[in-house]
Amino acid sequence: MDDIPLAPAPSKPNSSKSNPSKSQSSAPGTAPLKGKSGDTAATGSEPRRGFVGKMLAVIIGTVATLVPVGAGLAVLLDPLRRKSGTGSARRITTLDSIPDDGVPRQFPVLADRQDAWNRFPNSPIGSVYLRRLPGTDKVEAFNATCPHAGCFVAFKPDRNQYQCPCHTSVFQVDGKRVMPCVSPRDLDSLACEVRSEGADREIYVDFVNFYSGIAEKKLRA
Amino acid sequence: MKPLLDWFDDRTGYRALMHEALYERIPGGARWRYVWGSTLVFAFSVQLITGLFLWMGYSPSGQTAWESVYYIQYEMLGGWLLRGIHHFMAQAMVVLLALHLMQVVIDGAYRAPREVNFWLGLILMQIVLGLSLTGYLLPWDQKGYWATRVATNLMSLVPGVGTDLQQIVVGGADYGHATLTRFFALHAGLLPAALIFFLVLHVAIFRRHGIHVRSTTRAPETTFWPDQVLKDAVACLAVLCVVLLFVFKPAIMGQSITAHPGDMLGADLGAPADPANQYSAARPEWYFLFLFQFLKYFHGESEFYGAIVIPGVLMGVLFLMPIVGRWRLGHWFNVLYVFAVLIGAGLLTAQAWYDDHQANYGWTPFWAEDPKKAHEESEAYLKAVEEAEHAAHRAVELARAPSGIPSAGAASLLHADPFTQGPLLFTRYCATCHDHVDSGGHGIQAEKKSAPNLYNFASRAWIAGLLDPKQVDGPKYFGKTKHREGDMVGFVKESIPESEKDEVRDVVIALSAEAALPAQKNADLDDAQQIATGKKMFEKLTCTDCHKYYNHGEPGNAPDLTGYGSKAWLAAFISNPSHKRFYGEHNDSMPAFAEHNQPQRNVLSPHDLALLVRWLRGDWHVADEKNAE
Repeated sequence: MDDIPLAPAPSKPNSSKSNPSKSQSSAPGTAPLKGKSGDTAATGSEPRRGFVGKMLAVIIGTVATLVPVGAGLAVLLDPLRRKSGTGSARRITTLDSIPDDGVPRQFPVLADRQDAWNRFPNSPIGSVYLRRLPGTDKVEAFNATCPHAGCFVAFKPDRNQYQCPCHTSVFQVDGKRVMPCVSPRDLDSLACEVRSEGADREIYVDFVNFYSGIAEKKLRA
Repeated sequence: MKPLLDWFDDRTGYRALMHEALYERIPGGARWRYVWGSTLVFAFSVQLITGLFLWMGYSPSGQTAWESVYYIQYEMLGGWLLRGIHHFMAQAMVVLLALHLMQVVIDGAYRAPREVNFWLGLILMQIVLGLSLTGYLLPWDQKGYWATRVATNLMSLVPGVGTDLQQIVVGGADYGHATLTRFFALHAGLLPAALIFFLVLHVAIFRRHGIHVRSTTRAPETTFWPDQVLKDAVACLAVLCVVLLFVFKPAIMGQSITAHPGDMLGADLGAPADPANQYSAARPEWYFLFLFQFLKYFHGESEFYGAIVIPGVLMGVLFLMPIVGRWRLGHWFNVLYVFAVLIGAGLLTAQAWYDDHQANYGWTPFWAEDPKKAHEESEAYLKAVEEAEHAAHRAVELARAPSGIPSAGAASLLHADPFTQGPLLFTRYCATCHDHVDSGGHGIQAEKKSAPNLYNFASRAWIAGLLDPKQVDGPKYFGKTKHREGDMVGFVKESIPESEKDEVRDVVIALSAEAALPAQKNADLDDAQQIATGKKMFEKLTCTDCHKYYNHGEPGNAPDLTGYGSKAWLAAFISNPSHKRFYGEHNDSMPAFAEHNQPQRNVLSPHDLALLVRWLRGDWHVADEKNAE
């Protein structure tokens, strides 16, 4: 097919050479002519190939393109197979480090963190608020991430409330929303237990993250 | 030369191409109002050029992104200028986009036969916004990290595929290397390629239909080259000048340039991203602030409407303009619509800005439901911004220290920095009882003041105050503890006034020298004579009646004064103040923070304990005088 429009090419230099003074002004004129003659050649005497030939051309072309695209898509979608490092009980601190005054305190959650090809032993993977109910050994744990859009909430002792620095959500000290609230649910409470190990009492929290923006507490992969 | 060019034209047809490119007809003459499209092409070219060179210095990964940007900004020749141009031109591009869109709509240039080109323009707009969103993350600083967390979390609201989509974009369940590699591939590969593709179509179709001219009789017809090109060039230069104005703003505002221009000129670089560290100053880039503010109005699950549906509908109406414009009043609807959206966005932006900054001004906004809370939130935001600036400054200070950035990345520098971590650890573990407040009242206030103020602990001033009969039972020392009634307070009140002032002073200096505080290093060297004298006075002043001091006295009654306040002493004291070397059974209520040999059984890890001790002792890296401004 490519041969056809190339065929008249050799005759062209002569015409432009023979009329060099007009070459610039005639240039825009010659270009479409060239294209036009090519087009008519293609449409007018379109080769009548069989259906099978056309199908083969399309299929072969598609397969040839799909192989690299498919390989690329596989890698693109690989993150869907990855699981977060969260989801098992993690020691946060000792019970004694939290006064039994009902005031929440923020602690980092340390765990072995896997980031693609790197492993970071014992590094922060998130943050929790721990609160010892007044006068007891019972501990409540909240994920510090705001369920609205994922910022970390900050506890304001003077108001006895959690406030999100991003979109104004406010939560009471027990994690309940102060209405009206942009957050679709209360602060995410986490399973928490105090384990006695000898004389020590350690706080373990089942640290997980949830999807934000929905009322359901949907576990993040 | 001519035969050569003729030959080249014959083989390529370049003259025809040039002619078509340059001699486009402009009925009604060249006009300033036609420059906006060209300035956008120019802005994009600037981004391609600066982006390509930034690429040569940038490395997308959790341990190298911030670090390489730091290196570009602070160490490489002209890096701050390159970054500055790229950063501010991106913002100029958004402004130019808005102007271009407004002009197209006002002039009705979206109408037949230019509908497809209008749609191509809207696609280009999305791509530009995508470029700026992805670019915001790449420095991997706190600001970009937390803003991107919010943006990608919103993505999970898309029905059905949202959470999967988010995970693909983020590159996994958590933010990290893969987030950067993906955002970088989008920012430097896919999106620019798409932009070029659609831009070529946009310009080609624009040329096909010719420029949209309202009045062809305004002036004689001319061609693109050189009349319009000259106007375009002037406009592009003006855009560049405005961008440079922002790059050099601090210098123009009168700050003097130091040996490190990157410290003040060009684009900001926050502290390195830290997924566990509260960042309360997270805001998107200013042209997305209206969306940020918009979300504040959608409660609960209606966030879906605020983040996805309404912005989608607003954009959809833009796409329908060529069709709406066919009706008699359609054009006016379109013009009003664009103005309404832009004014609405402008008002929301102003509102977001004032919500954050109102604490600096007296006026309480009428839209605040709870003015007191709004004011507090503004104060908290401004404080967070200030803290973020300090953290960013500190990160650069540490990166510049002779030890440099380790392969674990700059975030590890901050994690191991007493100056950064000390206040956090003190607040978490010590400030339930202890103050850490200087004489001006600044510092960390205790929740329930029931223990000594540890500001400048073991310094000469601190010990002198302890041995001052007027202060020893005051709130700064033992006033709120059970030691208020103890032997030490009695001794200070009764014996110190009767002692020689010089002797007491020498004991203070000698005891403080035990701590070997970095801030007192020179003073301790200068006063070696007094220290030697003071050491001999412990017995004379009867300190060793209760305290052990080297070979004098017995342990068990009061803290050992050997090495008092030193690194080892302080770590051992915090580990277990009830140890017989310290207070023994006389300990008031201070818990033992690291009494066990197995670190996991302790409240404080060895790492945190060491940081806390160093911070209490004022022992951290201080930038070289020469580097300081």
